[in-house]
Amino acid sequence: MTAFIIYKAIMCVGIFVLLLASAAYATLWERKFAAFLQDRKGPSRAGWGGLLQPVADGVKMFMKEEIIPNVSNRALFILGPSLFMVTAVITSAVVPWAKPVIIGGQTYDLQITDINIGVIYLLGVASIGVYGIMIGGWSSNNKFALLGAVRASSQMISYEIPMGIALIALIISSGGSLSLKSIVEGQDAGLANIVWQPLGFLIFFICALAETNRAPFDLPECETELVGGYHTEYSSMKLGLYLFAEYINMFISSAVIATLYFGGYNFPFAHEIYAKLGLAEGSAMVSLIGFGVLLAKIFGFICLFMWIRWTLPRFRYDQLMNLGWKTLLPLSLFNLAATVVVEYIRGNIHF
Amino acid sequence: MQLTNRKVVVSNKEQSLAERMYLPAIAKGMMITASHLFKKSPTINYPDVKRPIATVYRGQHVLKRDDNGAERCTSCGMCAVACPAEAITMTSGERKKGEEHLYREEKYAATYEIDMLRCIFCGLCEEACPKEAIFLTDRLVDAQFERKDFIYGKDKLVEKMDARIDVSKRQTPEVLAFKKVEGLKHNELFDAKKLNKGHKH
Repeated sequence: MTAFIIYKAIMCVGIFVLLLASAAYATLWERKFAAFLQDRKGPSRAGWGGLLQPVADGVKMFMKEEIIPNVSNRALFILGPSLFMVTAVITSAVVPWAKPVIIGGQTYDLQITDINIGVIYLLGVASIGVYGIMIGGWSSNNKFALLGAVRASSQMISYEIPMGIALIALIISSGGSLSLKSIVEGQDAGLANIVWQPLGFLIFFICALAETNRAPFDLPECETELVGGYHTEYSSMKLGLYLFAEYINMFISSAVIATLYFGGYNFPFAHEIYAKLGLAEGSAMVSLIGFGVLLAKIFGFICLFMWIRWTLPRFRYDQLMNLGWKTLLPLSLFNLAATVVVEYIRGNIHF
Repeated sequence: MQLTNRKVVVSNKEQSLAERMYLPAIAKGMMITASHLFKKSPTINYPDVKRPIATVYRGQHVLKRDDNGAERCTSCGMCAVACPAEAITMTSGERKKGEEHLYREEKYAATYEIDMLRCIFCGLCEEACPKEAIFLTDRLVDAQFERKDFIYGKDKLVEKMDARIDVSKRQTPEVLAFKKVEGLKHNELFDAKKLNKGHKH
């Protein structure tokens, strides 16, 4: 029992640190990547090639004056960014990070918890995330913040529906389990889910962009119209938490996309390569390689997120709603129907 | 009546399916941004790397000394007269016995000030100087916080003997020859006829 608690505690702390570190360096990479796309150099003064820039930004955020407007609802004003950060972090609980390791005859899952409703948990936590924005925007008592919050909540609600339907199609074609671990294991020997769900992946990816408030769906915080959007009144580390949680969200979204559609820690011809290298299944080395592969996939998706941000301009609000309700929703329903037909022909479902 | 041949008929044609899907257009746009990943950045890392400036650059002035260390300036005021921005002011002093190693001639500039905010760095002072005393150099005028700090006195303008400033790029033989052209002799009145006669280049 003690060993179990220690193992889970190590997992939690490890993944928490991983999230914070990757989010910090995602901010730097975002600026660097944007600079490369625009023929610039990006931050280069702090540390070697700008490597200490996230530290400098963090120190700056902590040192800045903290202002809580006296017309705001103080308790909710503090609750907003906390809730947003907490929900961003706890989504990582169901992501399987690597193959289970066998140490001393004991199998250790490299996942905080494998619950059998993992996908629903993801959707649920993502929906709670919007409360962080909503509460923060409302309690600021500022019309720009409120508009940003309203935009964020209606956008999140609109895009959760096609996202959920795309996930139903995915679950049908991947064998009917809602546990992320079994979805990944299902792609271990066979093909990745993207092969059977290309349209579903496209829908899920667009919705993931919208759920993480990334461009071209960054209307809740668009500077040109709403000053700062929902975080207009925030300063110091509270603002830092909002900005930071956005990058954590991006990291988790990339991890979830990689897990659901691209085989997570699996890669083509994995077993042949392990056999050739003489690595036993369940050894630490195999897990490490799998973890590296997953991180590479996550990095790829983060780059894709950034690449899109620095290419496409922001949607107008009616375009956003049109895309969500008139395009993605019918498309996801079509995808669901098509998936059922295809799976019936493949003989995976019976009536 | 047709005024120009630049008239274009606006087309309101329906978008095709591929155009309405936007995905091909998005892919095209993303390829354009991606192509910039492989282009060289034109940025110069300024404080570490400096762009070379011309050897005849007209920057901060220097008041030259001769090889014995005596100031060449005799406070004649030609530079102040020539200056189109009226940036130069000076007061004269008389050389005392025993100051021969400090000043080359009997009269010298007791104070000599250039307002760097007024100066337009045209180089006319240098051209006007009959004593080859003032030159523009390839040094940049530093930024300051106060306006008064831009008024450079002799402490900043006169060159130090242990850190002499090379002006040979601006004082070439051609320049010296040009300065000897009769009509351009600065202590004579300008005479266009004389200039045409004397200018042989």
